[in-house]
Order: sequence, then C-alpha cells, then structure tokens
Amino acid sequence: MPKDNGIGASPKRREDVRFLTGAGNYTDDINVHGQAHVHFLRADVAHATINSIDTSAAEAMPGVVKIFTGADFAEVGGIPCGWGVTDRHGNPQQEPRHPIIAHDTIRHVGEIVAAVVADTLEQARDAAEAIELDLGDKPAVVNMGAALADGSPKVHEDLTSNLCYDWVFGNPDDDAVQAAFDSAAHVTTLELVNNRLVANPMEPRVAIGDYSRATDEHTLYTTSQNPHVIRLLMCAFVLGLPEHKVRVIAPDVGGGFGSKIFHYAEEAFCTFAAKACGRAVKWTSTRAEAFISDAHGRDHVTKIELALDADNNFTALRTNTMANMGAYLSTFSTSVPSYLHGTLMAGNYKTPIVQVNVKTVFTNTVPVDAYRGAGRPEATYQLERVIDKAARELGADPVALRRQNFITEFPYETPVALTYDTGDYVATMDKLEQVADVAGFAARRAESEKNGKLRGFGVNCYIEACGIAPSNIVGMLGARAGLYDAATVRVNATGSISVMVGAHSHGQGHETSFPQVVADMIGIDESMVDIVHGDTGRVPFGMGTYGSRSIAVCGSAMVRATEKIIAKAKKIAAHLMEASDADIELKDGQFTVAGTDKSVAWGDVCLTAYVPHNYPLEELEPGLEETAFYDPANFTYPAGAYACEVEVDPDTGKVSIERFAAADDFGNIINPMIVDGQVHGGLGQGIGQALLENAAYDEDGQLLSASFMDYAMPRADDVPFYQVDHSCQTPCTHNPLGVKGCGEAGAIGSPPAVVNAVIDALQSGGKNVAHIDMPLSPARVWAAMNG
Amino acid sequence: MAKVSMTVNGKAASGDVEGRTLLSSFLREQLGLTGTHVGCDTSQCGACVVHVDGKAVKACTMLAQEAEGAEVATIEGQANADGSLNTIQQAFQDHHGLQCGFCTPGMVMSAAALLKDNPKPTEAEIRDYLEGNLCRCTGYHNIVKAIMAASGQDVSSIAAE
Repeated sequence: MPKDNGIGASPKRREDVRFLTGAGNYTDDINVHGQAHVHFLRADVAHATINSIDTSAAEAMPGVVKIFTGADFAEVGGIPCGWGVTDRHGNPQQEPRHPIIAHDTIRHVGEIVAAVVADTLEQARDAAEAIELDLGDKPAVVNMGAALADGSPKVHEDLTSNLCYDWVFGNPDDDAVQAAFDSAAHVTTLELVNNRLVANPMEPRVAIGDYSRATDEHTLYTTSQNPHVIRLLMCAFVLGLPEHKVRVIAPDVGGGFGSKIFHYAEEAFCTFAAKACGRAVKWTSTRAEAFISDAHGRDHVTKIELALDADNNFTALRTNTMANMGAYLSTFSTSVPSYLHGTLMAGNYKTPIVQVNVKTVFTNTVPVDAYRGAGRPEATYQLERVIDKAARELGADPVALRRQNFITEFPYETPVALTYDTGDYVATMDKLEQVADVAGFAARRAESEKNGKLRGFGVNCYIEACGIAPSNIVGMLGARAGLYDAATVRVNATGSISVMVGAHSHGQGHETSFPQVVADMIGIDESMVDIVHGDTGRVPFGMGTYGSRSIAVCGSAMVRATEKIIAKAKKIAAHLMEASDADIELKDGQFTVAGTDKSVAWGDVCLTAYVPHNYPLEELEPGLEETAFYDPANFTYPAGAYACEVEVDPDTGKVSIERFAAADDFGNIINPMIVDGQVHGGLGQGIGQALLENAAYDEDGQLLSASFMDYAMPRADDVPFYQVDHSCQTPCTHNPLGVKGCGEAGAIGSPPAVVNAVIDALQSGGKNVAHIDMPLSPARVWAAMNG
Repeated sequence: MAKVSMTVNGKAASGDVEGRTLLSSFLREQLGLTGTHVGCDTSQCGACVVHVDGKAVKACTMLAQEAEGAEVATIEGQANADGSLNTIQQAFQDHHGLQCGFCTPGMVMSAAALLKDNPKPTEAEIRDYLEGNLCRCTGYHNIVKAIMAASGQDVSSIAAE
C-alpha cells in the first residue's frame, strides 16, 4: 500500500495550482515601478577589434536614457571563473579577463558590444540600430584542433596560446599505462564527438536591477538556480558591492538544466545600470539571444582506448579529450571536463588502470559550461560506447561483458580518486532486463523486419557523482567555493513551520518534497510546513541547485536543523511534563514520557516556546528556530542501467525510439512521483542529444542552429512512454536520509543506449557500421549505411 | 497607436497598441495576464497558446489588432467557477504533467483545443497534436498521460507511477 504522507509518499505537487492557473511569478512577470528597458547590441561577428563605437545618433533617439559601452565597465571586475584547474605540469589554467561588455575586442557572436537603456524596449531596440561600429576583422578560431595548432590565431592575445589547460588524471605514468596496453589481449579504440548542446530551458533568462537611493540597497531579480552564489560572485568579484546591500531574488524559474547556474554579464549590467540610470532596468532575453548568450554544454572530441585480457576483463582505459571552453571561462566551465568528467571514467567497472587526458581550448564561440550531467554524460558516453564496440569486436554479449567487469564490493576505491560508498550494479542490470523485456526482443525484431525496418537493442550502465563535496577536498582540487548547503527551520508559535532552504526549485518540486521530510520527522501534516527559497533576503544562505544536490546536501541540512528543533522541543516538553529529557519520545506530533500516559502536543510545545510562562528560562532560550549548515563527507553515487530499442528505416535513415527502459538506484526516495518525472525529463534530453540536437558553428564562428527552427528540440512525437524503475535501492551511507540524487541520471544514462541500439539495428541489417557521431540524424545514419 | 477591444476570459478588455504589438504582449503587459508565456521568437515553443474565437492560436504570432472584437481565452480563465482546477488542469496535477510550469499554460490550452475536436485521442494523436508545444522538463511522458486521463481514458497501464 503506497504511503499517502511523509517520506516515500507521492502527494500532488502544491506548486502546480499556481502554474496551472497562470498565477506563477516568473521573473519576466515582475515589473518595477518606473523601470526602463535595456536592449543589448550583440556582436554579429565572432572575432574583431573594436576600433570605435559612435553612440551619438542613438543617444538622440526618442526615449533613450543612457547607452553603455565597454569603457563604462573599465573599472569594474570581470566575470569570475569558479574553479582553478592545475595542469599536468603544476601550472594554473590560463584565465582571461571576461568583461561585462566587450572593451576592445569581440570574441564571439553574441558578446555584448553596447547596451541601450530606454523608456520602452521598442525605443531601446530602435536606438541600437543607430549605433555605428567600426570593427577590424580578425580570423575566427572555431575548430579545437586548429586552435591548438602552432601558429593559430589567438582568441586572447594576452595568453600564450588557445590552450586553457592540459590536464592528466588517474594514472599519470604514461609508460605504465602503455605497458598495460602493450600486454593486452585486445584493445578497442574509438574516436567520437560529444555534440555541443544548448540547454534551452523554456523560460529565457531575465534580469531586473533595482536600486534604492534611500537605503543604498540593490535588488536583482534574476532567473537563477542559485541566488546566493550570484550575489557572492557579483558583489565580491564584479561590482565590488557589500553583500548586505544586495538582495538577489530568483522567483519562479522556468527550468535551468545548468544554464542558469552561472553568473552572467546581464545580471551585473542591470544591477550596475539601475544605480547609474536612477531607475530600475529590465532585460528579457529573446530566444535568439539565448542561443548566443546562454552558456552551451558538452562539445568534447575524444579518443578512448580500452584494453582487455584474454578472458575479457578490462585491464586499462585511456582517454584523450579536447573540450571546448568557448571564448571565456564561464562560472564552472573548467571543472566540467576535468573533475566532473575524469573522476567518472571508471564507471561501474573494476578497471585497474585509468588515465584521463584533457586539453581545454579557447575558441571564438559562446562559453561552454555545465549542462544537465556536466562532464558525467561525456564520461559515460565514451565509456559505454567503447565497451559496446569491444563486445562487437570480441563477439561477446554486451550485457555479459559489462556484468563480468562490474564492481561488486563496496566501498570501492576507483583509480580516479572516488570512493563509491554503496551500489548494486548486478541488481540494476537484472531489473533492467526485466523492465525492458529483453526476452521479448527477438519477437519484436522479427515484427519490425516484417515491416521493412531494422530493429536494434542497446544497453548501457552509468554512475554519477552528485552533491559534490566535501568543501575542503574540492578546495584542494581548485574549487573557489564551498559546496555545503544550509537550511533554517523556523517554527511559529502556533506550530506551523517555514523552512528557509539554500536549494532553489525550478521544476524539481522542492515545495512539495522538502516538507514531506520535515513533517515526517515531527509527525505533523505536510500542510503545516512551507519552504522558502530563491531570495537572499529571506533565506540565510545556500549554494543552490545543480549537480543533483538539492535533497542530498540541502535536504541533509534541513534534517540537521529539524533534529535541533526536535531536541529543543523535547526539553520544553520534558519541562511541561516534569520528566527527564531522555525519556521524551516524539511520535505523530505528540511528545510522550516513555512508559507513562503523559503527553503534550506539538502545538502546545511550540506555543510554550514563544509564550514562555512555564519554561526553564535559566537553561533554555525562548523561541524555536534553528539553522544547520551541512557539508557532505563524500559524493553520492546514483547508478543504473538503461536500455533502448530503436527502429531504423533503411530507406531514409530515420531512427525512432520504440522503447526505453531505465533501472535506477537512487538510494532512498522521498517522492517517487517526482523522481519518475526527473528521470523522464532527463531521458527526453538524452534522446534529444542522441538523435536531434546540435549546436553547429560554421568556420567563421556563426552559430548555424540559433533558433528553434534550426536547433532540433525533442518534441512529443520524438519520444515514447518510458519504463522507469527505481526499486533497487542501496541507501547512501553518509547522509541522514540515505538519498543520492536523481536529477541528471536520465540525461547521463541515455545517449549511449540510443547509439548502441542504432548500431545494433544497422549491424542486424548487415551494415558494417561501428560508430556514428551524435546526433543520429537521418542524413548521418543514411550516409553511414550507404558509406 | 490604435485602440483595440476584445473579450478576454468573458470580460471586455481594451487598450491602445502600436501596429507591431503582439497579442501576447497585449495580454501580458497591458492586461497583466502573465500566465501566457513567451518562450521563443519563432512560433515554435507554444508557451503562448491561447484560444481566439475557440481556436488555439500562438499569441506571439498574432497582432493585437487582429484580435479586434474576438473572444480570447487564456489560462487565467480556465479554472472552474469556484476556482477549482478544471478537468485538464486537474489531470496535469494528478499525473505530474508539469515541472517548471513555464510551458504548462500553452500545454493546457493546446490540450483543451485538442479534446474539443477529438474527445478520445490516441497516444499517437496527442503526440502529433503537441508538435507545436515544447517542454524541456517532462520528456512529455506525463503530459501525454495527463491528456489521455483528462479525456477519460484509463492510463493505469502506462509505465511508471
């Protein structure tokens, strides 16, 4: 019987009512009295010197308040990078200045060249047309290989080259690794591209800067996954403002997927301009702007080699990757191809030797940063593709080959610095084979063949590392921030509770799932608990939502704060019942004295805390409010196995996803309905990457797929109903809820299954195709079949 | 500037608009009906779907002046008279057919238009009809399921909770 309340139940989401009735409060729905509007004039060439900007005609246009150029920001800091990677020689990454507005050089299409603030948006746009730019053409650097070649034009003249860093991880001993390959019975090599993507949350970014002369306080409304991080970065590194004078509000946010983690120029601009203009300044991105100003994702080019012994045991793995940084270093850009990617290269397998080599490269393209999964999809894709290719070369069953090499004992220390605390990869694979109905595949393939279609089955495993921490370790690895989170539990006098959390909900349903935990711990109805998030003025502190960390890190902080509340409430209850603290039990919202029939209700204890007439004032402060900061001892390690079945039309190369099954181990689960939804969404994005999406640049640095007419977003008829199972549960051993995180699994685990299935389909039709790079568009599949 | 008048969610509404003012801008900025969302500028995403004289229309693709005299229905007018969710809205909540909520108004308005013409659509018909509505959160699974449920079909056999 499913639970209907508390941890493990699936109550309907309370946030849905406002979203379903048009009453949501997204940033663009906010208008500040007297606000002006900004239109950004953005570069339409990828690389140029700015010889001059003449704004005189534009300034005379109707409604124009002020026009800003790079010169106005000369005294302002650049946008910081939040992670400093040390290269294989012990040197720091090359880190160029990242201006708010391009100063003397344009480095990517979409970079802000000037900003026009006017009474109306239309006036700002019209005036921008009258700005005269004198640009000096410079050759664009787009291809990563060319960018690293000797003599390549440089994206940043003040750097030594276009190399950001050259990094090695795992076993750094080239000779030892080579020896392992030399002695292998079989080596499988695969070169592949992890295609560049655009996150495209349905809500474009928005920023509104407001400033009060009366109090010298700034307010920034922004579409952010982590308002406290934005406040910290903007205040400390860009504008030099005291944090207590800056409030950042991220209200309802229409999806993020990583792209709304980062501190963007437009946020700092609107904050700066509001004071300079003496009125609020609002910016709402168009989708066209989003494509050329939101950080992109992925964009790796990789060679991976897998060594096996004569019994098909994996003996060594070596990868060489080039990862695109774009023109500037976005907030977490440098961590993605390094620590978020290299540490996952062991996957679910007990490969003893792993060497990861990564070169990150500056190009004249939009900055690249974390997108759902962030490094982990790139690791999973190459590993699970090379294993499938090895199975084909060896004539082994792809599932059996994986099973044979699974890690089966925990805790397990990988050769790439992680300690997996718990997991059961055999169980998730067993579950997958059942959910995916592997037994019925042959009949389904026969049916497809009768209809002239090729049918393929592809499987892959994945592991991810969520809730990056502990802070002291990630600090040693180059993180320039702590990665704890915080929660304050405020109990009101009448027993209702507000929980101020540092996590931010932009689709994840925290407003429903977080109260389930607190209500369960106390034994009260969930309706008595509300979550407050997304406002630095109301929430003490927090690091935000990304990397599937919300419940594992912020949820743990919330548990710790609630434990403090319960401990204090027990003392009050003990006083009221004239008993010892140690004898007080709390169940279903009633405090009882063990072994007696004495009891006092939750509400009475809360009232006593705030009306302390009969109260141990000499020992206990009045009130009932507690804060906890939680810094995890380790990552959490969700893992699972995914299977995809495709049909390929041999005449057109069109791929259709016929079935998709997922067996995940997320540890304990707070709200199964929400977890299912998170997996569904990740699968949709992973299938999109595998079949449809591609951010393509031409050699001049023009983004060719810069609208929804050109960038193929997955639509309802591109995907099937998914079979999703999370009944395999090995609880996390080091956080109080035993939870692991589920937000990115679907996007991490699905692309290799799709590609493996297509290759299987083509080979079943006698086509000798070993690999096709994503997206597997009809043109690419047809060309591979007929190559 | 020209004066435009229409009926929105059963009430008379009017305002002064430029020739270039879109219906979506008029609804959001002049009438304060911010439930109609704008997610793109090429008429692909469908977050702005409203009904104009009973037909589903992308409000970003129609000038406000073209709606002169029309009956316009938006997400704000969809709930039952007592404020409770209507059948489609309730099905979206019951089946977790929304996450961030940004595409949701357009999805609900498109679903309403579909079910008016086709009261018992198949899964394939729903997926085909939603070709003009993008969602980045749900992978569409629970949206399709919710619309099937709203049409009175048994969805208990569809995979997952």
